[in-house]
Amino acid sequence: MSEPTQVRLCEDGPMLVRGEVVVEDEDGQRHVSTRPVTAVCRCGASSLKPWCDGSHKLLGTGGPRARRLGTV
Amino acid sequence: MPTLPRARGPLSAALVADLRGDLREDGTSTGPADLTDPGLLEKAGPVGSGDEELALWVLYELHHHGFDDATATGGPDDLEHEWRPDLLTLRGRLERRLERRWRERVAAADLPTLPSGAEPADLARAFFALCDADTGAESVARFVQREADDDQLAEVLRQRSIYHVKEQDAAMWTLPRLPDTTKAHLLTIAADEYGNGRPDDLHAALWARGMRACGLDASYAAYVDGALPAVLEQNNLMTLLGLHRRLVPAALGHLAAFEVTSAVPSRRVVRGMERLGTPEPMVAYYREHMAADAVHEQVAVRDLVGSYVAEVPGSEDEVAFGAAVCLLAEAATATALLEHVRRGAAEDVA
Repeated sequence: MSEPTQVRLCEDGPMLVRGEVVVEDEDGQRHVSTRPVTAVCRCGASSLKPWCDGSHKLLGTGGPRARRLGTV
Repeated sequence: MPTLPRARGPLSAALVADLRGDLREDGTSTGPADLTDPGLLEKAGPVGSGDEELALWVLYELHHHGFDDATATGGPDDLEHEWRPDLLTLRGRLERRLERRWRERVAAADLPTLPSGAEPADLARAFFALCDADTGAESVARFVQREADDDQLAEVLRQRSIYHVKEQDAAMWTLPRLPDTTKAHLLTIAADEYGNGRPDDLHAALWARGMRACGLDASYAAYVDGALPAVLEQNNLMTLLGLHRRLVPAALGHLAAFEVTSAVPSRRVVRGMERLGTPEPMVAYYREHMAADAVHEQVAVRDLVGSYVAEVPGSEDEVAFGAAVCLLAEAATATALLEHVRRGAAEDVA
């Protein structure tokens, strides 16, 4: 068995994945990240989806949008 | 490798002349006999004139890449410049003045604090809140997004290049002084900054490709002669925090605040560059920072600062000081830089 994949959910923020990662999006397109740690968008507002670009901060912490997204 | 910059006042003139080994007609050096003479600082141009800021920047560069046109050795004991006691004495004096100024400025700004002994999630929340504080300054990224023309953008890039050619370097001075867990987290961030083992992907290399594509000089410290005093000071602060073991928590706070305030502004810069049709390699640099710094901010706040504060209880205030220095130095740079580029545009019209 290889090491389990480590994933961390950040409060009001992205999902952090350690190690290389491939994300297949809704259209079947594959996105590869070779960073040591990758931030995957959870809020839906990123302009670089599937990756996080920090846009969750513009949604407002604890606001209705954030609540709907299940981050609070 | 860089050459010595143009002096901006009596202090930087004395230092540059000394490093270049300028000789008078009678064969003696034109530099002052004693760079440790306290009178030299009294005669320096006022803070904000660039004289003191440039002198400290030059002294710090001796620890980075040095200067091609400096003599190999010098001073009373003819030693390599980097470790000359007289230059270290001068550096220490300038550093104490710099730190005193910024301790006062941070105290006066009354930014949010970090709780001591808090749970990790509470500390992270407080850190993000601190970085979200209003410093009263306009954002350079918003200016680029909405307003800048090509010439103004080029000047913004020239001023920013003072930092970007040595991106991350100052923070790396802290590495051997960190607790082991914190070391590992700093390297997670640094791996990205330094290209994950691929020299072409070094952020400083991405920056250089962007500069060349824009027709700008990509060489190290190419634009230091035109650098605003606030830009030199912002760079000096990073080196100050990095080089002193006493200031390690402040250096980490600075790094984390820098990362937290990078991803969203990078997105604004990308928008502005798309509006202007800026060459793709420069847009790519900022696009890379949208994704990279969205990771780095989480790692820096939760892991780097989080692990350090857990290992070194009571360090929260100094972490917060470093973060405040980052936010206020960027505010000072933004104010000076926007005034500078808007005045330039006005002069072009006149």
